[in-house]
Amino acid sequence: MDFLAQAAAADSDAFSDGMIRVFVILIYFAILLLLGGVATTFLKKNNKDYLLASHSIGPVLLLMSLFGTTMTSFAMVGSSGEAFVSGIGVYGKLASISGLIHSLCFFVIGTRIWKYGKKFGHTTQVDFFRDRLDSPRMGLFLFPVLVLLIIPYILGGVIGSGTIIQSLTSGAFPEWFPHDQPALKGGVPPYLGSLVVCLVVLIYVFFGGMRGTAWANCFQTIVFMVLGVVTFYLIAIKLGSDASGQSTDLLTSMQNAIKNVPTTHTTRSEMSHSMFIAYMLIPLSVGTFPHLFQHWLTAKNAAAFKLPIIMHPFFIMIVWVPCIMVGVWASAPGVLPAEWYANPSENQNKVLGYLVTKHTTPVVGGLLAAGVLAAIMSSLDSQFLCVGTMFTNDIYRRFIKRPIGITNPESTNGDKSDGEPSVWVARAFIIVIVAISYVLGIVLVGKSIFSLSIWCFTGYTGLFPIILAALYWRGLTAAGAQAAILTMIATWCYFFFATGDKLYVPGTDWDILPVVPITVATTIVMIAVSLLTRKPSEHTLSRYFGS
Amino acid sequence: MNPFNKWIWLAIAGLLLLHHDFWFWENDYLVGGFMPIGLAYHVVYSIVVTITWVILTFKFWPQDLIQE
Repeated sequence: MDFLAQAAAADSDAFSDGMIRVFVILIYFAILLLLGGVATTFLKKNNKDYLLASHSIGPVLLLMSLFGTTMTSFAMVGSSGEAFVSGIGVYGKLASISGLIHSLCFFVIGTRIWKYGKKFGHTTQVDFFRDRLDSPRMGLFLFPVLVLLIIPYILGGVIGSGTIIQSLTSGAFPEWFPHDQPALKGGVPPYLGSLVVCLVVLIYVFFGGMRGTAWANCFQTIVFMVLGVVTFYLIAIKLGSDASGQSTDLLTSMQNAIKNVPTTHTTRSEMSHSMFIAYMLIPLSVGTFPHLFQHWLTAKNAAAFKLPIIMHPFFIMIVWVPCIMVGVWASAPGVLPAEWYANPSENQNKVLGYLVTKHTTPVVGGLLAAGVLAAIMSSLDSQFLCVGTMFTNDIYRRFIKRPIGITNPESTNGDKSDGEPSVWVARAFIIVIVAISYVLGIVLVGKSIFSLSIWCFTGYTGLFPIILAALYWRGLTAAGAQAAILTMIATWCYFFFATGDKLYVPGTDWDILPVVPITVATTIVMIAVSLLTRKPSEHTLSRYFGS
Repeated sequence: MNPFNKWIWLAIAGLLLLHHDFWFWENDYLVGGFMPIGLAYHVVYSIVVTITWVILTFKFWPQDLIQE
């Protein structure tokens, strides 16, 4: 009877703990909606303000919004999960190299895009390429590729948010949401958690536009950075408590927590050198992300880029190192449910959520859940906004409803401010893309966020040579760019269906990522076709490169 | 057209080479007793990258962007 009473009390505690976490998450969502609402009061009723915040974003807000946008569910949920599977190598392979390459992209690509965008009135990548290459049809090549590639990126956020909400709200509604695994029993199921996250982001993007998105990004970046460090501290203290279960200081706790970690996870003994080098290409994708392109254009001036360029690597370190450490500690026997070690890849997305639920108080757990969701939502919002922008600008106004007039005499794209109707078209297209991503997210809920993201980044990196050449090579032609885009699509599909996540350099045992041959192929084709075809007019080239 | 100083490219090339720390690949030494040296190296690397960007953006900011 005592046993039954204890079990009932435990159930009751679990119920209230889960409910508290749900309550904290709901408060967080309410704050985001409020931010979107406040941003609405600053919104001018024209496209330029809704989509680009009227080029008014200063260095601090630009830093926070660029960082929040590049850090996804992958940065917290994915990194800790991947470190649980393969150890410390994840940091060098993806994070420290990103600190260098992302800032390089902001410097070499971002500042130029901003300069030309402001001068010639570009809003999207298609605008830029169409103008730079004298090719009205560039949109037909580029738009479908950019949208199709962003869907797996959005999917990562949808799946990550659903998974993390389920594990962090476990015990909240045991009768409504039963589950085979005790660690997930009573948690809000992914289909519901993802739906709420999508709706919250949709609402503040709809009402706040780019300004609301930038504010929300800034707030969310602060939240996930601070709470990420707090999570690390709390988990470290609990995991590293001494043999009698007593808490110790942070250093001793960290020393205890790593004692039983296998050497496969404290070294890179199971990671190949060639693969480590191949991963250096992945962060180049930042140079072609359409949502970052849009954020770059919001900058007030070129000098606003200095702070993001400098601080981005440091911020990556602050967010990633704690998550990697937690993931590595989780690889020690006994930290997670025993069955998770038998198939780590299948359970990697649940690692952080499980540790937070188990080792923190309900209120802190709810706050930490908000922190993880902040990382996810600060990317989803920009992605949602950019797909709407691209459809309105590159398809609707170009092929369905022609612009009324061109107000910028230097621009072939023009400052086509036709006001609210286009804003509503953008919103409608966002809903369509989010609905598709949501349904796919539900179907693919068990899939690795890591793998999804890498395929998405691979496609964008494949486009990198084109944007680099467009900015620095007079010889690039529209045909060269279009041939390179088609090559990227063909090689991406080939490797996706024929080889999977990795392949070997012929005649060697060097394993590499498909991104290597894809990028090499697009570069060769782009140069070869450009050398054989007609360049843009001298007038266009002189606008970009001088005479 | 290359608006960027050669020192920028030299610094980037140097950092790319330093990123591949094959010398710590299978070393399981724990710095401070808690952080594997392979991870500690890349933490220091991130700090060096940050400092490098401070120097590059303030010393070698492209001329054509100064007026913008």
